[in-house]
Amino acid sequence: MQTAKTLKDYRREVDQALANDFLRQAMDNFAVAYRASRANAFAGLDVDRLVADVAGAKDQALAGLDALYARFKAKAEALGIRVHLAATADEANRIIAAIARENRVATVIKSKSMTAEETLLNHHLEAEGLTVTETDLGEWIIQLRHEGPSHMVMPAIHLSRFQVAELFSQVTGQKQDAEIQRLVKVARRELRRKFAEADMGISGANFAIAETGTIGLVTNEGNARLVTTLPRVHVALVGLDKLVPDLHTALQILRVLPRNATGQAITSYVTWISGPAEYGGPGGTAKQMHIVFLDNGRRALARDPIFAQVLRCVRCGACANVCPVYRMVGGHQYGHIYIGAIGLIVTYFFHGREKARHLVQNCINCGACKAVCAAGIDLPRLIKEVHARIQDEEGHPIESVMLSLVLKNRRLFHTLLRSAQIAQKPVTDQTQYLRHLPHIFSRQHNFRALPAIAEKAFRDQWEQIAPVVPKPRMKVALFASCVQDFVYPEQLLAGVRLLAAHGVAVAFPMGQSCCGLPVAMMGEKQAAHSVACQNVAALAPERYDYVVTLCASCASHLKHAYPRMLGSRAQTFADKVQPLSVLLNDILGLDSRLFPVQAGAAAVTYHAPCHLCRGLGVHAAPQALVRAAGYRFAPAAEEETCCGFGGTYSAKFPEISAQILAKKLADAGRTGADLLVTECPGCVMQLRGGAKRQGLGLQVAHLAEVLVKKMKAKR
Amino acid sequence: MPPGTDRGRHPAAAQTFRRAAEKVSAIVRDVASLDEALAYTVRLCDTKEACELLATGCAEPLSPGAAALCERKQTKIMAAPGLPPELWTRFEELCRPRGITLADGPLRDHLAGIDIGVTIADYGIAETGTLVIDSSSEALRLATMISEIHVAILPLSRLRETAHDLEPELTARMQTPANYLAFITGASRTADIERVLAIGVHGPLELHILLLEDR
Ligand code: SF4
Ligand code: SF4
Repeated sequence: MQTAKTLKDYRREVDQALANDFLRQAMDNFAVAYRASRANAFAGLDVDRLVADVAGAKDQALAGLDALYARFKAKAEALGIRVHLAATADEANRIIAAIARENRVATVIKSKSMTAEETLLNHHLEAEGLTVTETDLGEWIIQLRHEGPSHMVMPAIHLSRFQVAELFSQVTGQKQDAEIQRLVKVARRELRRKFAEADMGISGANFAIAETGTIGLVTNEGNARLVTTLPRVHVALVGLDKLVPDLHTALQILRVLPRNATGQAITSYVTWISGPAEYGGPGGTAKQMHIVFLDNGRRALARDPIFAQVLRCVRCGACANVCPVYRMVGGHQYGHIYIGAIGLIVTYFFHGREKARHLVQNCINCGACKAVCAAGIDLPRLIKEVHARIQDEEGHPIESVMLSLVLKNRRLFHTLLRSAQIAQKPVTDQTQYLRHLPHIFSRQHNFRALPAIAEKAFRDQWEQIAPVVPKPRMKVALFASCVQDFVYPEQLLAGVRLLAAHGVAVAFPMGQSCCGLPVAMMGEKQAAHSVACQNVAALAPERYDYVVTLCASCASHLKHAYPRMLGSRAQTFADKVQPLSVLLNDILGLDSRLFPVQAGAAAVTYHAPCHLCRGLGVHAAPQALVRAAGYRFAPAAEEETCCGFGGTYSAKFPEISAQILAKKLADAGRTGADLLVTECPGCVMQLRGGAKRQGLGLQVAHLAEVLVKKMKAKR
Repeated sequence: MPPGTDRGRHPAAAQTFRRAAEKVSAIVRDVASLDEALAYTVRLCDTKEACELLATGCAEPLSPGAAALCERKQTKIMAAPGLPPELWTRFEELCRPRGITLADGPLRDHLAGIDIGVTIADYGIAETGTLVIDSSSEALRLATMISEIHVAILPLSRLRETAHDLEPELTARMQTPANYLAFITGASRTADIERVLAIGVHGPLELHILLLEDR
């Protein structure tokens, strides 16, 4: 549970998590194993279609949420279930406590429910004098430790067998060995006794089916079955978002949920309860069944045009499983109660701005969560939206206001960059001058060496170097990332040479400015909008066949965010945007006459920029070009995992960024390649700086530079 | 042919079911008749170590309360609440000479654990190797929850490709008041400690599925 008061406190807690070796190792193993088992579970199935089905069905259900609730309530009451609706978390807790009082309940057993975590139900019931025991193994462990979950599906993933053995030794009063199979059996026996004694069972639900008044529970351990069977009172606490119209929809979700959560085709148990079933307990009383639906902001959220989609979430936990930041810091630093990307978002809605303020800043915007989400939620974008909302509510921090002002005025921005170049003379090797670039507000960058600002920006060289291409095959406009324009002009020069050699006429419209991603990342929506307008006007898409860029982040921002911000007028523009690799490989085709076969080719490995592989769906073009140019290609493990840059992110959370980078470089190192290639200047800055700081022999270059190196001088 | 061997003449759905169920460690066998299924079960109980102490946790160092519950189970017990009466009687006759009790009172009295619970599944789902068991009867429910081994007989005529193929039947059952339907796939499992798979955390430690040729 994340409760840090200030960003500084939060950073301190993050650092502690980074220093936890067990956690780091466990998270690494998990991240790699999860990907493999998920791929296995979906083998032969059309994942995208299944996810789209879930998204569509959920959207439809959410659009008619109130009607669905009314229908469910009528059906369930006809079955003898008592149905309650709680507006707030506190009200839900009070309703459940009242049910307990009316039935003279002393002991309660629970099966896993994130909704009960959300309302802090246990605290409330314990304060009422009830004894509450969690019966899901992981939940029981964290309950005994007085902790919150560190993962939505595996709540005790942060703990080792030794810690569990120690805990169980205390609980049983007997020495326990740290042997997992035996510890599980100890839990089986200890908890069996609790089941035998309990008066009330509390469960959650994965589905509430309106057509039949049924709740569905998806579990592996089987404890939910005992919880709903043995005690005389059963209360299910269910978020309103779990309502679905019919069994068909529930089964659609069930096809995706376990596969995405744990790589299982289905969980051991799926239980469908339609009414208080036969009860043979003492006293000859009948079973009582209650369902408490929780609103806590959900009904309003369902009507929100931007955020309604967060209620599609089926709580599979996958967005945490693939998140590079979660992997480094673990769940206690990556969510308040709900964990992972979805946690960053719903914390704001369910638990308030206070709890969400720092968390939403800890997203590197790599898109891994979105690519894996069971419900197709655009998680990274919504995280930024929450960030922007919080800033609008609380006021914008000075550095982001300043940057917005500067960026909105292109001439001022470029003048500042040019003067920064002058200010950094004489060039020392301890360059710290990049803070004028939008990405960097220098804090701790010791984990990587930073480059200096180039002597002459690309835009100031253009007039001299602009190639003349007689009878061009096509006309393209070059969009330059600020980092390339002012720090790495050589990347752009290489790109222009490649294009010209392939018969492409390149134009460089001078009115272009920063793409606006850095300000969008800082929650400055207005500035992001303003620079987007400037760029669309400057690049005049109708005059060119394509708008090409050598920066994956710019490309993905231009393509996806511009039409979203500016509407249809930016769509033509967005449709023409292509990264260099796609233009060269898929559209033009690399001209083999320019790349003669040479013996003893150097080995090259590749890092896939997040915004290229997930942002634009480009998974093969850069590697194909490297091979076609005559290099030996050596693929790295986890090629598509983030490098840790993330623009402003690496300045805000340098320690996390450094750890992600170290993993990346180690993976590249293991390929034995001398050259690491990528297609984004941000990634180059991060990787090259890291390799230099670590004193590695590994060279880092942009794809364009590597290709040009192999190109014959003249045709 | 001795019971429990694979006769290997099932159509595709049965093969799919078997593969999926075995993937989650269920033990799948073919049987030609209900009597063969009962004989299989009695033999299984007979060869089962008395109360397999280690497997269920009773041999572990426990708190006094939990240990006391273990004490309450002293003999081999089976339960077969879903069997038709005359089959139940035949089963009981098989159990008695072997010193196995076939529980006929409320299963709540046996929370310490029963050795084997026997059920007849209502449907099977081939895609995932899942049993569908209408567990509205409490005894039936408990038989599949507190048993150490669950033996389920699945008539092959009840096998379907996917859960979607069962939507009409299941929806109808859900509308019969107070219905409790279970999808069961493999044994009870957890990976909550260090993500290491452990079987039998709350429910059965083993699931045996007997495919009954009834078509
Ligand atoms: S975008 Fe990347 S860093 Fe951000 S929450 Fe998603 S997976 Fe994590
Ligand atoms: S947001 Fe998507 S990936 Fe994350 S838990 Fe919800 S459904 Fe799963």
